[in-house]
Amino acid sequence: MLDSAEGYVTEDGRKIGGVVMEMKNITLRFGGVVAIKDISFDIREGEIRAIIGPNGAGKSSMLNVISGFYVPQEGEVWFHGSKRPPMRPYEVAQQGIARTFQNIALFEGMSVLDNVMTGRLGYMKTNIFQQALWKGKAEAEEVENREAVEKIIDFLEIQHIRKTPVSRLPYGLKKRVELARALAAEPRLLLLDEPMAGMNVEEKEDMSRFILDVNDEFGTTIALIEHDMGVVMDLSDRVVVMDYGRKIGDGTPHEVRNNQEVIDAYLGVSHD
Amino acid sequence: MAQTQSGAEGMQSLPALLHRNATQLGDAPAYREKDFGIWQCWSWAETAAEIRSIALGFLEIGVEKGDHIAVIGRNRPAHYWSMVAAQMVGAVPVPLYQDAVAEEMAYVLEHCGAKFVVCGDQEQVDKVIEIQENLHQIKHILYTEKRGMRKYDHSQMNALDDIKAEGSAGHQRFDAELEKRIAAIAYDDTCVMLYTSGTTGKPKGVVLSNRNVIESAKNSAEFDNLTRNEDILSYLPMAWVGDFIFSIGQAYWCGFCVNCPESADTMMTDLREIGPTYFFAPPRVFETQLTNVMIRMEDAGKLKRNMFHHFMAHAKKVGGLLLDGKPVGFGDRLKYALGNLLVYGPLKDTLGYGRFRVGYTAGEAIGPEIFDFYRSLGINLKQLYGQTEATVFITVQPDGEVRADTVGVPAPDVELKIDDTGEIHYRSPGVFVEYYNNPDSTASTKDAEGWVATGDAGFIEEGSGHLRIIDRAKDVGKMADGSMFAPKYVENKLKFYPDILEVVVFGNGKDRCVAFINIDLTAVGNWAERNNVAYASYQELTAHPRVLETIKSHVEEVNKSVAADEMLSGCQVHRFVVLHKELDADDGEMTRTRKVRRGFVEEKFSDIIAALYDGSDKVSTTTEVTYEDGRKGAISATLQIIDAPVVTAVQHKVAAE
Repeated sequence: MLDSAEGYVTEDGRKIGGVVMEMKNITLRFGGVVAIKDISFDIREGEIRAIIGPNGAGKSSMLNVISGFYVPQEGEVWFHGSKRPPMRPYEVAQQGIARTFQNIALFEGMSVLDNVMTGRLGYMKTNIFQQALWKGKAEAEEVENREAVEKIIDFLEIQHIRKTPVSRLPYGLKKRVELARALAAEPRLLLLDEPMAGMNVEEKEDMSRFILDVNDEFGTTIALIEHDMGVVMDLSDRVVVMDYGRKIGDGTPHEVRNNQEVIDAYLGVSHD
Repeated sequence: MAQTQSGAEGMQSLPALLHRNATQLGDAPAYREKDFGIWQCWSWAETAAEIRSIALGFLEIGVEKGDHIAVIGRNRPAHYWSMVAAQMVGAVPVPLYQDAVAEEMAYVLEHCGAKFVVCGDQEQVDKVIEIQENLHQIKHILYTEKRGMRKYDHSQMNALDDIKAEGSAGHQRFDAELEKRIAAIAYDDTCVMLYTSGTTGKPKGVVLSNRNVIESAKNSAEFDNLTRNEDILSYLPMAWVGDFIFSIGQAYWCGFCVNCPESADTMMTDLREIGPTYFFAPPRVFETQLTNVMIRMEDAGKLKRNMFHHFMAHAKKVGGLLLDGKPVGFGDRLKYALGNLLVYGPLKDTLGYGRFRVGYTAGEAIGPEIFDFYRSLGINLKQLYGQTEATVFITVQPDGEVRADTVGVPAPDVELKIDDTGEIHYRSPGVFVEYYNNPDSTASTKDAEGWVATGDAGFIEEGSGHLRIIDRAKDVGKMADGSMFAPKYVENKLKFYPDILEVVVFGNGKDRCVAFINIDLTAVGNWAERNNVAYASYQELTAHPRVLETIKSHVEEVNKSVAADEMLSGCQVHRFVVLHKELDADDGEMTRTRKVRRGFVEEKFSDIIAALYDGSDKVSTTTEVTYEDGRKGAISATLQIIDAPVVTAVQHKVAAE
């Protein structure tokens, strides 16, 4: 792997670009608990970047730092070449970052279509009165956004549940709907919090294929958290490994797999 | 018919019919496909332009006359167009079953020697590439869905859209050649090659000529007065002869519109949105719909439920008679009209049959109750009997003579005869040309005078002239005591119970019959939910004592009814098992059209059959299963063997007296 400021070429021949997001010496504390201890790494344009680690390693905290939901006490987050000030979630969304959640956070009573449409909110410019009147601008806007949403519905193969209320769907499909909603925002950086958690083998395979296809088709940069090692190793270009809030490994899946500290963290080692 | 087939006389190929439709019905819809949530529509003129550009693209990539072009994908306009475009350039389209695993597909691709393949999506391309590693005959792969294809080596591969664009761009180079090839198509040239699913042995490539397809389309369209205003929903496998005749043959002959669903999962919604006027479905579709209706009615409020049952009882009494044009009293007519307003109309609309004018079910026997349910609603559902080798039609039921237990009278221009062994033979303009590269099979199926042996045993009913099918001729055997063994007869009776999906009866040459039974997960699962029966898997549900009890009661009832028929009383099921897995085409237990491969099943589960005969009450078995992606696994189970009460022939006589 050729690593340089311009990027590198992956094993399967994809070109990875420059740095999109850089975490510099991040430390995050909750009272006396140190969730993240002095961690630095970067995410590059077009890559699938995984953050892995055992339970309680600080993965979700890390994702929340990336998404801007947590503001670290120490360290800096650089996004597209500039230092990012603390910001509100909607401002992060406006910057082109979208995410899914570990515990699905969809609007249960709404249909799949409506849920995915909410992902387009950032693209809707008409106000509530125009929308109430419906005709003219609001209608044109809805048609335009519906088209974008339909493309994603087609892409993720959820046509058959388009009109189904989310509460009636099985877990694996809800996960897919969440991904659809995140994609509807046309993000430049997509954050996935445990996309495979609680899925069976077949659902995991489907989800893996969708993640690869999203990356391939839309060129979306993806950062994901996962603790299914097999999935991560097959899917990602580079992996950050965390344990007890520290970074203990960073590199290609192959490098990480052979890292003694990572093996110890996963298989356990006697501390005597 | 007069209004539609004007100018169709003398049309000797599908491209010629296409040209007629494009010039005479230019703006009328020819294809619709639901995509991005909207029904996209192509008129006949647009269709002709699309097909022409695909044909030009085919010339660009070097398709020669007589080449075979395989088409593997779900029902989409682009795939239908590819087939007609192939005919334009003098090539032979070969549609394949898209759910076939790579090794099944390899045989067919090798046998037909296809040099070009049109694939629906990445999944199909992957299979073809895997096959190509050993085959090295495929020159070019085309695909319709671009997704996931970016990283593939494109030196011998293109998106269909791309070659369409390239072909149109270079049309000046290819126009003359294309015109020449279209003009050269003769009536007896090959129109399409369809592989029979093969309940026995390897699939055979049935060669159908333009004459076969066009004559059959013409005769059948006239028989049912099909017009250019029909709408059909094309959702059955493209590799199946029926789909070819309905979605291409009849569609081009009449000029009606072919609607393609958005995906296999949305078929029921799309059916409702389109409301086809002409419809075709295997019995399974009607069974599933009926089961769903019944389940939903159980959940409905009291008023609705009572109304439903009250009016359905009335429909059962007079609905069928009304449909057949038989005399019905004024009061009954009035009540039926009211029922139509309150129940039948809304129900038909929900099912997608609001505009249903004529429809067929075939492939398997349909349960009389299911059949009558639809007919009593005023849905003109009929049965036909056909084969790939006959270009579908052998017998059909004319309006007004529809019954659940026959398959109708010979279709127009079809001659029928029953030989000494009871096997049905036919001769018609639809009789296939040959099995591709298989003169031995051709000779053993079709004689010098053009008579084709169907392999089915049946008889023509005295009086009505209707054909009744008993069973596959080779499946009909003798029990050890010499009485007749007709497994299908018993299986069908059992399959009419909604909670039984599939049955295989064994007993040829033995002293008694035994059976394998598959439960229907939808129906039994729903029952389990209602009755608080907990289960974690299909396998667990199949072994539940209450399920076994129910199935046993069904077998008992069927035994009683079988015993009533003296000729077949030996076919009663003495012992049975409920299988731990569904019989599946991926495991080779069924054909792609879901017919049981009896011999294969007998061999694969020989341990269970042995246990059924040796009197043991349990059998442990391990079965290999194939997953959708072709990987193999195994499931093991201990199956309980159930003894079913039988009626002995002697006792039966006593009882009858």
